[in-house]
Amino acid sequence: MEISYKPQEKPPYQNAIDRILGWGRKYSIFMYPFVTACCGMEYMSVASGHYDIDRFGAGLPRFSPRQADVMLVVGTINFKNSVVLRTVWDQMCEPKWCVAFGACASIGGPYNNYATLQGIDRILPVHVYIPGCPPRPEAVLDGLMKLQDMIQNQKHDLFWKKRES
Amino acid sequence: MTPEEIVGRLNEHFPQAGLDNRVDKDHAVTVAPVDRLEELFRELRDDSEFRFDLFMDITAVDWLERAPRFDVVYHLYSTVHNHRLRIKVMVSENKPVPSASGVWVVADPMEREVWDMYGIKFSGHPNLTRLLLYEEFKGHPLRKDYPYDKRQPILEETWPSRDQG
Repeated sequence: MEISYKPQEKPPYQNAIDRILGWGRKYSIFMYPFVTACCGMEYMSVASGHYDIDRFGAGLPRFSPRQADVMLVVGTINFKNSVVLRTVWDQMCEPKWCVAFGACASIGGPYNNYATLQGIDRILPVHVYIPGCPPRPEAVLDGLMKLQDMIQNQKHDLFWKKRES
Repeated sequence: MTPEEIVGRLNEHFPQAGLDNRVDKDHAVTVAPVDRLEELFRELRDDSEFRFDLFMDITAVDWLERAPRFDVVYHLYSTVHNHRLRIKVMVSENKPVPSASGVWVVADPMEREVWDMYGIKFSGHPNLTRLLLYEEFKGHPLRKDYPYDKRQPILEETWPSRDQG
């Protein structure tokens, strides 16, 4: 029997697949914190008791990119470190998302010099930008909820599919 | 010793060395010629009255229009006698400075940093390569004639590079 599924076409029950997989994935985010600078202190306060991102299902940081869903780039990235960042991103499995945490990761922050990358979106795709220097924990939670909205409403592949990028 | 005593002892200890000793804002300062530097370092470390056993810092100043273009500034401290000394050396662009890494081992990475940022050569240094910046970097960024807006990224920058995933 010939399989009639073509990737361009919308498979049957795609809307249900999107909803179910999105619901599952948005409440089981495994983060990879790529912490390089002082925003890391804010990340710690978000992750621990008082603000507690475990309420959003993102409480378990994985320090291996192969087990993570969301890369959280926390802090300044310079040119020398950008190669490491890109390698870590390439090692993560699909589906994956990236969050730029703070002004430095988003646009370079106050640093505009010979060494600093002016925002990580120059070398990899970024899905949520969290502003602030450093951002308040409420801003981080807001960014996390934005990411959850995005995951809920985007298209999901039921089967593994090879990506070009 | 007080700074005045250090200056007096430098004057009587090195009468022929061509040092310019003075007290500048409660700090003993000496301006030394480049060719006598190594001998001066050994004497300052081993002499029982000086005993400068802690090499604190080395940095440089770029006076762009001055005839010997750079000042190399050393800071020494004695943990035995609790006194300090600042040594300044004027060097031109291509003349190497004798390395202090044979006298104080910690001078090794500090001199590599000065080479990295200012391009001042140190003769007799075991491994004079870049310390902070990457090997592909052209030029020395803390020189006054380095263009302030020059960027040398390693990865190709595309903006924005987000793929719609």
